[in-house]
Amino acid sequence: MAGAKEIRTKIKSVQNTSKITKAMEMVAASKMRRAQERMKAARPYAEKIRKVVGHLGSSHPEYKHPFLIERAVKKVGLIVVTTDRGLCGGLNINLFKKALNQLDEWDSQKVELEVVTLGGKGLSFFKRLGAKIVAEASHLGDKPEITDIIGSVQVLLKNYHDGDIDAIYMIGNRFVNTMAQQAEIHKLVPVVPSTDDELKHHWDYIYEPDSKEVLDNLLDRYIESLVYTSVVENVACEMAARMVAMKSATDNAGDLIKELQLIYNKERQAAITQEISEIVSGAAAV
Amino acid sequence: MAMTIHVDIVSAEEHIYSGPAEMVYAPAIMGEVGIAPRHTPLISPLKPGEVRLDLGNGKEEFFFISGGVLEVQPHVVTVLSDTAIRAHDLDEAAAIEAKKRAEEALSDQKSDIDVAKARAEIAAAAAQIAAIQKLKINR
Repeated sequence: MAGAKEIRTKIKSVQNTSKITKAMEMVAASKMRRAQERMKAARPYAEKIRKVVGHLGSSHPEYKHPFLIERAVKKVGLIVVTTDRGLCGGLNINLFKKALNQLDEWDSQKVELEVVTLGGKGLSFFKRLGAKIVAEASHLGDKPEITDIIGSVQVLLKNYHDGDIDAIYMIGNRFVNTMAQQAEIHKLVPVVPSTDDELKHHWDYIYEPDSKEVLDNLLDRYIESLVYTSVVENVACEMAARMVAMKSATDNAGDLIKELQLIYNKERQAAITQEISEIVSGAAAV
Repeated sequence: MAMTIHVDIVSAEEHIYSGPAEMVYAPAIMGEVGIAPRHTPLISPLKPGEVRLDLGNGKEEFFFISGGVLEVQPHVVTVLSDTAIRAHDLDEAAAIEAKKRAEEALSDQKSDIDVAKARAEIAAAAAQIAAIQKLKINR
């Protein structure tokens, strides 16, 4: 019964694997809940700052910030938000596919590219791609903090100020629900002012000390808050995707065990039958 | 009850406070400001310091913030608080740090983007997955 023993070891190893995937599924589920809460917590700030920036864009201050001025695009900066770890289904791959389409488009328009990666997977992908990565931040963990990403974002913002790049885009995953995550690409700079109806009538703030300083301050924070929101959302996406991937892995392991068990039983029966027929034919010979 | 103004204190990472107050004191960059209800729209950066809310009846709330932005509308005050200590040179140091990390990670970088190659790799991976699934069905 050498075959049977092999199958038994195989079943054992699949069982162990399914224990691991089951545990990962449950860990991801609980982490997802916390990530979603953080996502919700980050929302008021992002909404508030978007409103204020939208207002600044539509009111007419005497000073036009460079972030609000469109210019001919020769080189763009792309912020790529990915996970640090794998085993989360097609989350990162879908994002890279989307990014590649955009890269193709830019390539055909002879637009050059600078990349900032947030997350280890994006770094290794764009590194292999040979893209020009100007800054990166990885190992952000399950609880990213805004301090972790400020530096990377500042690199691109500075390049924009210096006129090296003419637009900044960001690609990240949007959390639709537990089963669905959508890779989305957004233009961060130049800022597209929101056109809320309530802001139609003309009024303006008192700027203290002056509009230039206030806007400089605010727009940096606005971009950072957008990036931060995306990073937090990506954590929720990662956990949801991992949960689903691990659930299907556990299910598959269950199927595999059933099949192996069936083969094992057949093998065992065949061995018994053979033994009986050997005994019977032996007795008949005597 | 005296006239009140709604106050929201939020940071990028969490919602800190929301509620009415009779008076708001905040450390604006040009000096401390006191905001009463129906204040004219105002926007100003904040220094690290203390935001004080006068809730009426002698009750007060204090929040320490490490800088941020104050936005005032006639009936709403919003404090967009920073979670990190911000200063120009600190930001620059963080930026240099992020750049350095990228450079270290990329010590063997090629110059042009090989989109076609990456496409091929993805296609190969997709084909592998399809083949595995077919095998599973046929088994």
